[in-house]
Amino acid sequence: MNKIMINVALPLVISVLTLNAMAETPEAKGLRIAKETDARDVGFGDSTADMMMTLKNRAGQTSTRKLHSKVLEGKGDGDKSLSLFNTPADVKGTSMLTFSHGLKADDQWLYLPALKRVKRINSRNKSGPFMGSEFAFEDLGSQEVEKYKYKYLREEACGKGWKCHVVERIPAYKYSGYSKQIGWTDTKEHRAVKIEFYDRKGSKMKTLVSSGYKQYLGKYWRPSVMSMQNHLTGKSTVLQWTNYKLGTGLSKRDFNKNALKR
Amino acid sequence: MKQQYKKLILSVSLLLSATLQAGDFSGNISLEGRYFLDDAAYTGQKAGGLSLSLQPEYKHKWNNDHSVFTFIPFYRWDEKDPERTHGDIRQLDVTMAKGDWEFQAGISKVFWGVTESQHLVDIINQTDAIDGSDGEDKLGQPLFRVSQISDNGALSFYLLPYFRERTFAGTKGRFRSTLPVDTKDVSYESSKEEKHIDYAVRLNHTFDKIDVGLTYFDGTSRTPLFTPDLANGVLKQHYPLLKQVGLDLQYTGEAWLWKLEAVNRETKKENYNAVVGGFEYSFPGIGDSGADLSLLTEYHHDSRGEVINAAFQNDLFLGARVGLNDVEGTEFLAGTFIDLDNQSKIFRVEGSRRIGKGLKLNIEAQTFMDIDKSDPLNSLKKDGFIQVELQKYF
Repeated sequence: MNKIMINVALPLVISVLTLNAMAETPEAKGLRIAKETDARDVGFGDSTADMMMTLKNRAGQTSTRKLHSKVLEGKGDGDKSLSLFNTPADVKGTSMLTFSHGLKADDQWLYLPALKRVKRINSRNKSGPFMGSEFAFEDLGSQEVEKYKYKYLREEACGKGWKCHVVERIPAYKYSGYSKQIGWTDTKEHRAVKIEFYDRKGSKMKTLVSSGYKQYLGKYWRPSVMSMQNHLTGKSTVLQWTNYKLGTGLSKRDFNKNALKR
Repeated sequence: MKQQYKKLILSVSLLLSATLQAGDFSGNISLEGRYFLDDAAYTGQKAGGLSLSLQPEYKHKWNNDHSVFTFIPFYRWDEKDPERTHGDIRQLDVTMAKGDWEFQAGISKVFWGVTESQHLVDIINQTDAIDGSDGEDKLGQPLFRVSQISDNGALSFYLLPYFRERTFAGTKGRFRSTLPVDTKDVSYESSKEEKHIDYAVRLNHTFDKIDVGLTYFDGTSRTPLFTPDLANGVLKQHYPLLKQVGLDLQYTGEAWLWKLEAVNRETKKENYNAVVGGFEYSFPGIGDSGADLSLLTEYHHDSRGEVINAAFQNDLFLGARVGLNDVEGTEFLAGTFIDLDNQSKIFRVEGSRRIGKGLKLNIEAQTFMDIDKSDPLNSLKKDGFIQVELQKYF
């Protein structure tokens, strides 16, 4: 299948392609589904939400982190996001601004409130744990289509009476901690139900299960719980999202490195 | 604290109290213990001891986070040095953003710059030199700021209506010069003394991987000149007027950060340049641990050569930073300054880790080696120390 044709895919072209699904290679089908998933989220504008992260170690001891998240939809580029940390108390007021780009390295600034210092940081440690959790920075970053190479595997039931596309994706960006990921996305609404992460040696390392999906503005689906289990260490991290608001009218001025200090 | 300054704080508080609504209250209380490795160099100086500090914080945001009121008072009690027992208003201000404009009024802290081992460009706030040993603690500065925000940067104007004198260790304190600094009788070049109105401008912009800042400051120098008063056995402070042009530059690659800060400073008596520049290289994900390591190298130059206020005239800083990225947020920073002219060396280690709910442990140690008699650090060479601080956040 001609890649250029897919890049200019219009809804009409997509429906024609669907009819011709038998002729599609698994790679082309995987990419088409990723683009469709991405297209379903176009137009949300901006969103704000509160996130509570609960970290659990093998012995069952827990610790929590809370942050407020703001996202501005990118037009012709990746999304812009701002995370404002509330707990642990010693990092309260710290915030992180990220301009994500497809394959190009993200631009990232960190604001340290004790010094009132805004620091531009490099985003090489993508595989590093976010706040000591089982989520790596790359798991929480903006999921742009071009960040992966896709391969369609199969369609299967994935609970709740849903049917899912099962697609393998291999990170195309540098410094990923994964050799591949296998994702389950429901065929109807394109909600990410489950992702399995395989480490650089090829072993199954982590499984992310997203649930409690709610629809906003009558169109956009967001999960309220994201649960990451690390199979190698026995540790887990649960993200609970609350107060989701979409289309709140945030502007690029709210995602400026000079605005981090507020 | 000076009477006029108290009055100013009071009027700002009254002005702002109208905005007080249910906000967010937090802060920390810290207990610090210091142990000095050597006996004191000068008579009267005490050995290590305990110190307790309190820094509550009240923050209220409204208007979709476009308006923020912040109040951060600070107080430290020190067992050994009465001069170190001191209080300050670290922040008491309102910031308002509207469209492309941002306005700030009150007492606050402003940081400029990019390098790690020395902050040359940073000049708005006076250093609270007695509070910490690394010069990163600052006194609250009364200011008005207007910024015009653009897509990739901002242009800011600062009006600084009141000057804060630097804090210094007393006769009993460590980290002092042979003669202690007289903090009572201070002289200024400006006849308006601490009421001289200073101003500053900063233009900052991001060009893809490069962040650049250009700054200009015209006002009272934050660093005093010293003259020995042998009759009273003290060092007298004199604050000259200063014009400073500053440049800060950072290139952010995937593994490399290249950083540069340069200043030209002009007073009635001197005109000189100083530069600090270098790189930070990061190794991500050491082994499978998720920890990262950064190596830092920065070179310091000062055109004045080895004088009392320029310890880093031809010096090299080498450092390593380790972040374990664990649940406790464990971090270490170790570094050394080497004077390339006379081989004087400073070694410094900092570490921090959360050790329970709302509790953080900070460790700091510093030692001096091969300090040359002519080096400005000579008066501090017996002040190598280990410091353990326990912070409770609320």
